[in-house]
Amino acid sequence: MVELVDQTPRTKSLVLDVPDWKGHRAGQHVDVRLTAEDGYQAQRSYSIASGPEDDKLVLTVERLDDGEVSPYLVDVLQPGDELELRGPIGGYFVWEESLGGPLLLIAGGSGIVPFRAMLRHGIATGSDVPLRLLYSSRALDEVIYRDELREAGNANGVDIELTLTRDAPSDWNGRRGRIDEQMLDEVAWAPAEQPLIYACGPTGLVESVADTLVMAGHDQGRIRLERFGPTGT
Amino acid sequence: MIVESLDGNAIAGQLFEVFGSEMTAVTGRCRFCGASSHLAELRVYMRAPGAVGRCPACMRVVLVLTSVHGNARLDASGFELSA
Repeated sequence: MVELVDQTPRTKSLVLDVPDWKGHRAGQHVDVRLTAEDGYQAQRSYSIASGPEDDKLVLTVERLDDGEVSPYLVDVLQPGDELELRGPIGGYFVWEESLGGPLLLIAGGSGIVPFRAMLRHGIATGSDVPLRLLYSSRALDEVIYRDELREAGNANGVDIELTLTRDAPSDWNGRRGRIDEQMLDEVAWAPAEQPLIYACGPTGLVESVADTLVMAGHDQGRIRLERFGPTGT
Repeated sequence: MIVESLDGNAIAGQLFEVFGSEMTAVTGRCRFCGASSHLAELRVYMRAPGAVGRCPACMRVVLVLTSVHGNARLDASGFELSA
């Protein structure tokens, strides 16, 4: 690891220099394996936050208080330390510029991580695929990549929508509340425009988003989901 | 305790270990109900000893992944993989 970047109070980005890295596709992950002195091993999968065109591999890890791996990665690991990785892994929840769009990305909590890779891939390739990102967080200080997302939203064809579900500052002019039918109706393209849709986050959020979109008439075959374990949105 | 299911993306690494190639985008058919899905779309329960994959349509168990002495073992007899 070459650098550690604070993202939110519970989340850090690990910037890694991986020898012989063969490249990856946006949306893929890596498995991180930790081995204790007694030989005990624990392995977890983390989405890759960097784009395929970036020169360093970046993982963004949220510390789960009862986790076996994430507290070590977020609190203990220091620049210069080595990590055992396997990957890149995954071929379903990936987006490449050639897949086109329009592209609708829906994230809850740290489900934003693979979408950072997709966003950076779109920007790096000069893509003209219209992109909308709807991202749900509990509070403003839990929004990962806040500055980067604000900047990305200034680009032509990129629309970034944040919604805060618990605490919003009094001067917050973004969205509030959980992602629901009305919010999806406002943000998503009409089914007739056949958006390509990715949703990533806790199981409950991902499934309610998928059910709502299918009910609204979106083609299930153009919706790709990635559920992950306990975290807040 | 509420056990929330994940999906086949969560076992992508173990599937790679067993098959030696990326598997989540591979499709297969449930031997019980005949529904076709990507391996990434299976509902996966990680809290069992090993991981259990269920058909997203009928929710029957189609795949069981265990780790024996660090080696992943797969029983996917309920899921007919496309060639």
